[in-house]
Amino acid sequence: MMTVTGLVKRFPGVVALDGVDLDIRAGEIHALVGENGAGKSTLVKALAGIHAPDAGTMTFDGVPYTPAGAADGLAAGISVVHQELALLPYLTVAENLFLRGLPRTAGVVDRKRLRADAARLLAEVGLDVAPDTPVERLGIAQMQLVEIAKAISTDCKLLIMDEPTATLTSREAGRLFGILRGLRERGVAIVYISHHLQEVLELADRVTVLRNGRSIETREMAGVTAPDLVRLMVGRDLAQEYPVKPPTAPGEVAIAVRELKVAGFEGPLSFSVRRGEVVGLAGLVGSGRTEAMRAIFGADPALSGNIELYGEKVHIRHPKDAVRHGISLLTEDRKSQGLVLDLPISANVTLAKLRGFLLRFGQERSLSEDLGRRLHLRSAGVGQHVRTLSGGNQQKVVLAKWLNAGSDILIVDEPTRGIDVGAKYEIHELLLGLAAEGKALIVVSSDLPELMGVCDRILVFSRGRIAGEVARPDFDAEHILTLAYSGYLKNGETQ
Amino acid sequence: MIKRLVLGEAGIGVALVVLAGFFVIAAPNFATEQNLRNIMTQITLNTVLAVGMTFVILVGGIDLSVGSAMALCAVVSGTMMAGSHSAVTLLGAILVSVLVGGVVGWINGFVSEQWRVPSFIVTLAMLNVARGAAERYTDAATIYNLPAALNDFGTLTLLGVPAVFWVALLLAGIGWFVLSRTVFGRLIYATGNNEEAVRLSGHKTSRIKIAAFMIAGLTVGIAAVLYMARLNIASPILGQGYELNAIAAVVIGGASLMGGRGSMAGTFLGACLLGVLTNGLLLMGVSDFERQIITGLVILVAVVLDAYRLRLARKLAVTQPAKEPVPATVAS
Repeated sequence: MMTVTGLVKRFPGVVALDGVDLDIRAGEIHALVGENGAGKSTLVKALAGIHAPDAGTMTFDGVPYTPAGAADGLAAGISVVHQELALLPYLTVAENLFLRGLPRTAGVVDRKRLRADAARLLAEVGLDVAPDTPVERLGIAQMQLVEIAKAISTDCKLLIMDEPTATLTSREAGRLFGILRGLRERGVAIVYISHHLQEVLELADRVTVLRNGRSIETREMAGVTAPDLVRLMVGRDLAQEYPVKPPTAPGEVAIAVRELKVAGFEGPLSFSVRRGEVVGLAGLVGSGRTEAMRAIFGADPALSGNIELYGEKVHIRHPKDAVRHGISLLTEDRKSQGLVLDLPISANVTLAKLRGFLLRFGQERSLSEDLGRRLHLRSAGVGQHVRTLSGGNQQKVVLAKWLNAGSDILIVDEPTRGIDVGAKYEIHELLLGLAAEGKALIVVSSDLPELMGVCDRILVFSRGRIAGEVARPDFDAEHILTLAYSGYLKNGETQ
Repeated sequence: MIKRLVLGEAGIGVALVVLAGFFVIAAPNFATEQNLRNIMTQITLNTVLAVGMTFVILVGGIDLSVGSAMALCAVVSGTMMAGSHSAVTLLGAILVSVLVGGVVGWINGFVSEQWRVPSFIVTLAMLNVARGAAERYTDAATIYNLPAALNDFGTLTLLGVPAVFWVALLLAGIGWFVLSRTVFGRLIYATGNNEEAVRLSGHKTSRIKIAAFMIAGLTVGIAAVLYMARLNIASPILGQGYELNAIAAVVIGGASLMGGRGSMAGTFLGACLLGVLTNGLLLMGVSDFERQIITGLVILVAVVLDAYRLRLARKLAVTQPAKEPVPATVAS
């Protein structure tokens, strides 16, 4: 129904799509996988009519498809549910659903019909909320369903889902899959983009792998395994992807957390990390890892509990206290929490250690350059604004900031999210290097192979509690995942 | 080079030169020494207020109370010094003016930080409170018999430049130094850009923002003294609309109301531009009403040009990094 041949899209300095062939059939779920920067998003935007391709052809329902803008895509029956939800928070669910064309009688919105139409659509996606509910009161999963309902409110023939499960719990994701399968039955073609290979294997009928802006291969899903996909995506074997932590003699206990309780989570949490040790925190999204780390760092208040550093009790009420005690937090969201994007690299590097009255530009410059060299930072100079750096280099700037602050205890939340494979490997090596220097590291990650590569021990969080601890000799993905799900299997309802 | 021209304060500087050039030709008596002094005197108050406003706007706030607060400072200080010949009283009254301004600024900052109320609302409330307090303080009366020494200072010229303008220049200079050379200035910019990142780097951002409002308050107190020195009166209705002129100068100077972007040089040039515009149009015989229309349009054009400039800058920044990035050490 949609055939794409030789699609090329160039941006200044980058070829985003470099010859993509794609063929999507009616009534199938077609997965699109590839690393960050492989061209998935650009391809989606070309399909939706947002980007005009520089070369190549698209045919939709047997006729040439040359959209001049997103409106043409919609008119043709192509709907996209983007990763970032685009709902208006203060309007009701019904108003959001029909924003493109509110039902009217003599120019006035026909509330009754609006409500009825909305209720029908909501039933279709299995969302049980009143059409008059303001969107801001919905949970993220419910918002996602509203987006899907909106997408199928027009006569939708091709539905494109960009990373729909990134923010969903597994149960919510399961329900989403049910709805997608229902749409497939009705002959809707679905393009499904996800980093979660397990989902892709479970859900999709066929899969196309993109790499460096090219379509590498399209396969029937039957018989395909996750390692197959990874090999196609990366072009090399997964085994090389993570440096492995060499065993070290455990040092003294650097940080001990006792009976920590965080608002909204079961707890209490107790654990400790020794010098030279890398302790991983595994768990599902929403299991309380980030919240616990923020409480330890003083970014959010903890309800109760103690923190001991090198055997001594400390009080941390503000990040300032944490920084003074040599703790650092590399947040999961670098851009909004870790960096000042419109300041140069050097200003970001010194940010956590700025004290005194006058700025010392010479010193700032030389120490930024030294750290940049040490971390293999790639830039046009330390005066370059951080906004223009790639994700991997931005992460290195955050790391440089904390190294400059002289932290001995590093809490690293999702260190390689949104970073390409090459830079990932570098970041991992840097983290291991820091451990070898005797620093204590806590790594929060949703990427299990990453944790199994770099950690000495893994604590598995489940529903706000530590469900288990696994040491390196016993690392086993299945075992860890089972622990991660364990809290959600007990006593029924969650959240 | 192009980037420098597009990004720096150069744009507003060029606009100022072009405007002044136009008036030299079109406005009789514009290019005289006396008129230059007049302009300096006329822009003094707005420059001083704009220096403080720059700090507030850089941290993403706004201060609508500066005009009213200035009246409050003036009547409190004026009442204290009225009829007195003592130098001590005069100095004490000046100090009180600055102090009152500082306290008003601190309240603005503290309330908006402590209770998370947008500074727009807090200072809008303060605009009314301070005005009312000023009128209440003198029962709406104007104070006339201010010390002669103060007025002497208001009419004094040093090296051909009005003394009050020297004060404005000094404050702008201090402001420039603080913003570009001190740790505090860096934190002002950083907080305006990304408050959460600064907080998570171990800085108490609330304190930084409250300090910015306090600085604005201090400049208000100084402006009140300069006002009394020039006009020899203290009135509870003085300073109406001054907040908007100060904001205009900062914005014309290239600052973003979202915070994090702007400079003291830009603010100073912005105040100069507004002053030259008003003065030149006056000399050309343009009516008050038309002058207001033109001033409004100039502010609009400045902001539109600035938005365009920023878009261009972002584009340049995106296309700039080389395809093969070079390590920091080689490039620098």
